[in-house]
Amino acid sequence: MFIASGKSPPCFKDFTLVMPAVAVGNVGQLAADLIVSTLNMSRVGYMHTDCLIPMAGNNPYATCKEDAEEELHTPAEVYAAPELKLAVLQIRAPIIQSKSKRFRQLILTWIKASGFFRTVVLSRSHAYQRDDQQLQGPPLRYLVTPSLLKVSADALKELGWREMERVAAYPGLIDANAEPCLCIPGGGITKGLFTDSCAEDLPLAVLLLFCSEGNNIPDAFTLVNHLNDWLHLLDTPVSDKPVQTRHPLLLCSFVVVLIVQDKDELAET
Amino acid sequence: MAIVKVLIVSANIEVMATFFGEVLTVYSRAVEEDDESLDENEEDEQIRRELEEKREVRLHWSPEVSESLRSGNKLQCSDFVLAVGHNAARFLSVYVLTSANWDTVGHASVWNERSRPVTGQASEESACVFYRHKENPSVLICQVTCYIAEDQLFQWTEKVFDCLQQRELNVTVLSESSVSDYKTVDYLCSSSSPFMRSLHTGTFRGQPACQSLEQPNIITGLPAAVLNHCQVHCIAAVVYQCYSDITGPDSVTMETYKPALTKLSKPIQCDLSPSTDVLRKSVKTTDIQSNLYI
Repeated sequence: MFIASGKSPPCFKDFTLVMPAVAVGNVGQLAADLIVSTLNMSRVGYMHTDCLIPMAGNNPYATCKEDAEEELHTPAEVYAAPELKLAVLQIRAPIIQSKSKRFRQLILTWIKASGFFRTVVLSRSHAYQRDDQQLQGPPLRYLVTPSLLKVSADALKELGWREMERVAAYPGLIDANAEPCLCIPGGGITKGLFTDSCAEDLPLAVLLLFCSEGNNIPDAFTLVNHLNDWLHLLDTPVSDKPVQTRHPLLLCSFVVVLIVQDKDELAET
Repeated sequence: MAIVKVLIVSANIEVMATFFGEVLTVYSRAVEEDDESLDENEEDEQIRRELEEKREVRLHWSPEVSESLRSGNKLQCSDFVLAVGHNAARFLSVYVLTSANWDTVGHASVWNERSRPVTGQASEESACVFYRHKENPSVLICQVTCYIAEDQLFQWTEKVFDCLQQRELNVTVLSESSVSDYKTVDYLCSSSSPFMRSLHTGTFRGQPACQSLEQPNIITGLPAAVLNHCQVHCIAAVVYQCYSDITGPDSVTMETYKPALTKLSKPIQCDLSPSTDVLRKSVKTTDIQSNLYI
């Protein structure tokens, strides 16, 4: 549930919400951190839920030692820049696997109740699991729900992005009845959020990159710059130099331990 | 034994190691796939439901406390001290609870994948115990020495804090971690550990007893769940995390918590100088886990 950090609850009416999907490589989270730190967004609340693994740390956006000692940060927080009508939900911990469906519902209910104009999910997909058509062109893909397409079709057309291709349900098998399906390997809750939003007629877009595990900081910059081309948050693209000198520790602030037990093993014990 | 997969989501560290005969822990940044597409049949659902029920955290209070909670009166609490882990728990046993001014008021029972088959009622009841000061009943202590799984941490915290009067509540958590989990750019010589770091909520006033936890270090587990709860509900809380390079409980590590005691209210500061013998007696020799190098 959302809990405001200030005395009065913030108003998100007509805001754009940007949120990461906790996915392989942390690209979405790194990108969300980049937006929060670049735009100097302030924390307006917490997403306090049992669906996330608890963790706590000192201010990841601190620019000097004194700042870092002042502020405690939790697994999921909401930041806002009212002048840009922008909110960012940053998620710093993995979702407890058995509660992923409930977490999606919680997020979607909150999005609906807050009156966001649109939601953009930043995510990624395994580069090594692309099919032939996905191997072509730049690695950025997007997905958009019908209700957002109504209002953003022109902008998306102008950007010239490629929509995430549907892949064969059973690669290598020719089955006339098998419809191509949406597949986002390594994308965590991305697909679930998108399909739920389609079903509930929510204006939501997914922006994702095909990338591999490793140093994913450059991928985060690429993703944020693509997002900026659409939302026009900054006049100039973000570049890694000033941010890396300003936030040396920010870029490795997602250290979270996740212990998941095999469901079947658990059933036996 | 159940296989436990350990996944570490980390932006900068990837380690993989395997040894003969050991449970393999794989460090990876992989996340679990959404398995929503898998249809659950009735039997699966039933197993899941039963498991969830079994994994529920249960609080067992003394008749007097239960009675008061039932009538809607929460436990009056000005100081809540939570010790997580063997070192922190034994530290409180030796320095605080020996004074015989404490009543056992309840315990929590937690079942999960690491729970051993019950060897006796006593072992389960002693893993998470609540004590209350006899003369000053607003001081509460809890010792947790059992493993609480990730899906149980939030629930434990909610249930326990739901029983406490939250006005003017001060929470202190003593916890421990391996020094290998501590990230720093400086060289840590062996003589520098054990050492302590603190992390506190926005409403905590006063000076913590030690240096603040540096980025990018984080706190996980029960201390993190308590900090999260206190932060969002504006409760003053501080976690003192001791980083030690010794795997079992030991007297040197326990003494690291001493400065934290000085920051607590009077009833808790009882015996700051038990002899080293008392400490040593409280420490059992750690079982030898492997004879590989003998």
